[in-house]
Amino acid sequence: MGRMMVCTGVLASLLLAGVGTVQAQDEQPTDDQVNAVAKGLYCPVCENVPLDVCPTPACKQWRDTIRDQLAQGWTQGQIEQFFVDQYGDRVLGTPPATGLNWLVYLLPPLVFVAGAMILAGVFRGWRKPLVSTIESASPDDRYLERVEEEIRRRG
Amino acid sequence: MIEGIGYAALVISFVLALYGAGAAAFGAKRSRPELVESARRAMLLSWPMISVAALAIIALLVAGRYDIAYVAKVTSNAMPPYLRVTALWGGQEGSLVFWSWLMAAFASAVGLRQWDRDRDLLPWVIVVTMITLAFFLSLIIFFENPFSRIWITPEGAQTTALFQPEGALAAAPPDGQGLNPLLRHPGMIIHPPMLYLGFVSFVIPYAFAMAALVVGRSDDRWIRVTRRWTLVAWLFLGLGLILGGRWAYDVLGWGGYWGWDPVEIAAFMPWLAGTAFLHSVMVQEKKGMLKHWNMLLIILTYSLVLFGTFLTRSGVLSSVHAFAQSAIGPMFFAFIGVSFIVSLWLLLKRWGELRGVNQINSMVSRESLFLLNNFLFIMILAVLFLGVIFPLVSELFTGQTVTVGPAWYERIVGPLFAGLLLLMGVAPLSAYGSSSWRTLGRQLWQLVALSLVVPAILLITGMRSAAALLGYWLATLVAVVTLYEFWRGASARRRRHGESLPVALVKLAGRNRRRYGGFVIHLGVVLMAFGIIGIEIFQTETQGTLERGEQLTLGRYVMVYEGLTRFNTSDGREISRAELSIFKDGRSVGKLFPRSDFYFVQNQPMTIPGVRSTLEEDLYVLLVGWEPIGQDSATFKVFHNPLVNFIWLGGAIFILGTLVAAWPEREPEPVRRRTAQAQALAAGD
Repeated sequence: MGRMMVCTGVLASLLLAGVGTVQAQDEQPTDDQVNAVAKGLYCPVCENVPLDVCPTPACKQWRDTIRDQLAQGWTQGQIEQFFVDQYGDRVLGTPPATGLNWLVYLLPPLVFVAGAMILAGVFRGWRKPLVSTIESASPDDRYLERVEEEIRRRG
Repeated sequence: MIEGIGYAALVISFVLALYGAGAAAFGAKRSRPELVESARRAMLLSWPMISVAALAIIALLVAGRYDIAYVAKVTSNAMPPYLRVTALWGGQEGSLVFWSWLMAAFASAVGLRQWDRDRDLLPWVIVVTMITLAFFLSLIIFFENPFSRIWITPEGAQTTALFQPEGALAAAPPDGQGLNPLLRHPGMIIHPPMLYLGFVSFVIPYAFAMAALVVGRSDDRWIRVTRRWTLVAWLFLGLGLILGGRWAYDVLGWGGYWGWDPVEIAAFMPWLAGTAFLHSVMVQEKKGMLKHWNMLLIILTYSLVLFGTFLTRSGVLSSVHAFAQSAIGPMFFAFIGVSFIVSLWLLLKRWGELRGVNQINSMVSRESLFLLNNFLFIMILAVLFLGVIFPLVSELFTGQTVTVGPAWYERIVGPLFAGLLLLMGVAPLSAYGSSSWRTLGRQLWQLVALSLVVPAILLITGMRSAAALLGYWLATLVAVVTLYEFWRGASARRRRHGESLPVALVKLAGRNRRRYGGFVIHLGVVLMAFGIIGIEIFQTETQGTLERGEQLTLGRYVMVYEGLTRFNTSDGREISRAELSIFKDGRSVGKLFPRSDFYFVQNQPMTIPGVRSTLEEDLYVLLVGWEPIGQDSATFKVFHNPLVNFIWLGGAIFILGTLVAAWPEREPEPVRRRTAQAQALAAGD
């Protein structure tokens, strides 16, 4: 009985998935649906111009490819993976979190924490008495003495 | 003939710059003032000499001398004279000459100032400015010569050289390739000179800082002398960035003004370092602190100016491999490295003498908050630097390029900018020295309560974005605190002098231009923040293909496609122009004509949006496709950009505030004259 229910469930799922695919093929994706996917992609030639607004014929072809893939029921992840497989990670708007790319995700918080610690150290240092510092500021003193002497002489 | 005169002028300028740097250093070391004076004159002469070179290029551009490679590259017969003149900075070679010309102009202006009180700094200021100038001139003379001619070798190949290669014949194409269409926009004509002015002006405070380090002046004289230079540099850089944003909005056709492109960031980084510097020098002037830090900041700013120019001129942005192919890339890299190391070495040498004489008494004193502000600016800078160089690092180590796009930048720097807004709201109410949490809190709580009214209203009227609510609250807090400061100062004047409010406000700003100019800048930033939040969080868009008479809807707007016309122009363009009737809430509000210009010679399209602009919002329509025959259908991409015009309005106020802050004030009278006046007064004269 249990096995039969599982089989029925699997069959129903497959049928529903099939219906979904058929529906996706029937409906032509809108420009907005295409652009929603294209917004996160960059073609290797038009540097730093997102695919959804790039006016070149090559990028238009990419958008047509996305339209076809959406019509076939592909998900956004599948479409992105397709372009990554074809052209490499550079087509993605942000580096995937793998290998050396981890640096762009780890360095900013690490630098922030390190900077905050340095800043805290500076604050602590500045709140200590400055007796020794004032004593060591002799060049300033000499300069001030010279200025005062000059004023006295001219006055 | 003209090219010969221009090239000779460049070579003479290069020799003058080298001589100026050498004579000034030698004169200072050997205490020979006549040599320093000679170096100063060489510095003054460099500007007219480079002017001759720049004028020679302009003459060649206007005359359409296509036998000169640079002229053939950046002009064409179809270009009007004014665009031919601006083509001076439209290409690599010309823009380097323009950079050098501005550098020489600023160096000459510095050379003409009264040096009585700073005679010891003069030779080293000459050394730094002339070495920088000589470096740029060397790039032009040896690698990027704008006077090179086109030749056909005996083998039939085309080559460029100033002098005739053996057996080669001169070639003169009948027409040039013309300026990149994207650079023909009025904003782009003014944008590069503004950026270059900003870049070049920052060399002056750096030169004074290095001079102070060399001679061992640990006072803040170099800061006081260069305060206006720094503000001018900051003004031009800011203006350049704003104009660049406007250009991108009008011409690039992506519906925005800032794309986190490395070239944009290259100009933004020196501005960030310069902004941190402008704040921290106030602490040095008031409290004698942060001397090391200010030196570091100006060194960083100068290095970033060079780095920005390097990024945009070396070809490294397209690929690290282009760096090796570009002749000037390694030269730039070496110069940045050497100048950075030498500057740090000088700073370390004087480290002990630059120790501050004050201490921080409170975490919420003005100086503490300025330090926090600097911390945030430098964090933003570090993030941007990482974002710009990471694709190159990745390509170098893994052979694979990656894209670091807007989503990454916005996620990381967004909170840091929010922190800066919070500090802008709090810092004006804190005092130097010994502000306490209690006194600050007492001043702040009512203003904070008042500022919460805006996000509360936005929440009630349906806004649900937490980021937007936070951003609008912070921007409102800055506005409330800034206006309160104006009101407090003006009220005091009214009580004391019985002046009307407008008179009191004007006199208040006039009495302390730096402080109130700074507050005007803060108000400009508030408006820009409103605009940025508006477009970044609430921008909506749609795209659709319409048959004639069909309509597309976006929010409260309906656009009806009326038709498309195509025609050629005398300057080599084919224009495809669509006509759309626009309705808002069912009421006709006019027509828009988005178009696409195709430049035949460059084989390049340019998308010009049709924009319905009000203070509240822009409706921004792009023509992205059409039926080539019949023009019965066309595709439009439409953006609704709320509050975007606050960015331009805020930018204008920002510039106004900088002008107020930089406007010359009377120099303090020399001691001798004051003493004489005091004696006269004492004698009842």
